[in-house]
Amino acid sequence: MNYTLMIFGMAAVTVFVKAIMFILGDRVAFPPLLNLALSFVPVTVLTAIIVPMILAPHGKGMELNWHNPQLIASVVAIIVCAFTRKQMLTIVAGLVVFFAWQLWITA
Amino acid sequence: MTAHIPDTQQEHTPLISLAAGARDTLPMLVGAAPFGMIFGTLVAASPMAPWHGQLMSLSVYAGSSQFIAAGLVASHTGMLVIWFTTLIVNMRHMLYAATLLPHVAHLPARWRWLLGFLLTDETFAVMAGYYQRHRNPSNGHWYFLGSGLAMYGNWQLWTLVGLLFGAIFPQLQTMGLDFAMVATFIAIIVPQLNRLPQFGAALAAGFFAYLLQDLPYKLGLLSAVFIGVAVGIALTRAGTGSGVGKAKESEREVQA
Repeated sequence: MNYTLMIFGMAAVTVFVKAIMFILGDRVAFPPLLNLALSFVPVTVLTAIIVPMILAPHGKGMELNWHNPQLIASVVAIIVCAFTRKQMLTIVAGLVVFFAWQLWITA
Repeated sequence: MTAHIPDTQQEHTPLISLAAGARDTLPMLVGAAPFGMIFGTLVAASPMAPWHGQLMSLSVYAGSSQFIAAGLVASHTGMLVIWFTTLIVNMRHMLYAATLLPHVAHLPARWRWLLGFLLTDETFAVMAGYYQRHRNPSNGHWYFLGSGLAMYGNWQLWTLVGLLFGAIFPQLQTMGLDFAMVATFIAIIVPQLNRLPQFGAALAAGFFAYLLQDLPYKLGLLSAVFIGVAVGIALTRAGTGSGVGKAKESEREVQA
């Protein structure tokens, strides 16, 4: 793939979406249903990206077992985040468990 | 209550407002730094060249869509799907812009393009607070620019640090650094799941993303997002009747 073209396409789309309201002004009305729909976009996109990476890290079926460091570390990260709400702590805890678990099962 | 603080910004020069905007964005800079760095390392571990990562930070400048693009590139997704995903993921900026519009509508078009480009979650948060404290600031757009430029410079710096880090330690890829993205996303997702519609939307999106993962061009991902959004809307409606839309509308009228 031509990554430069991909990036410039992304840039064009993003600038358009960010600036269009400022440029059009009050000429555009936002239906409430669209408002509501947009509010669910970040959480659904991010979840849809990571769930297959966690459950099937090798893309060959579900790996719901102790030999899946992605799964173990994700569960730890979810628990840490749910209880502390600290983003950096969540990321660090997840990474530490991930690398430690990977070392342990390959050792 | 702190209503109607006398507007001291009125007397300030553009430069002072610019600096104030940058200063008030400082906590956001610290918060964004690790994400910029992780993005840089992700690019270094992806099929893209390191300079593509910097180019993306310079020209796209939208953190979550950059993360997602790096993830999609790593899983060999088609370009059109990446563009469409970028559009969907960044559509929330239209909500931000709609909220800030009354304060920038009077500016020349080049200012509105520039401030639109610099709009991020963080700068929106800073500007929403600023316009609440200051009724009619004459240099509000300079404050906006200060906040935006501080975030922009910060993002470039930490992207570069991440790219260098990834280039120096290329074995990070085999060690599975892409898990950093999973952990980062978990840290973004989990705090949003405290309400039933969000929880249901995420659950449905995750379930169908797994179920449909073998569809070509990541169409399974997009389908999962649409299903998740539909579930979120349905749960919101079930929980509050049709009052939500009306409440949001009146909220917008108050802000305008």
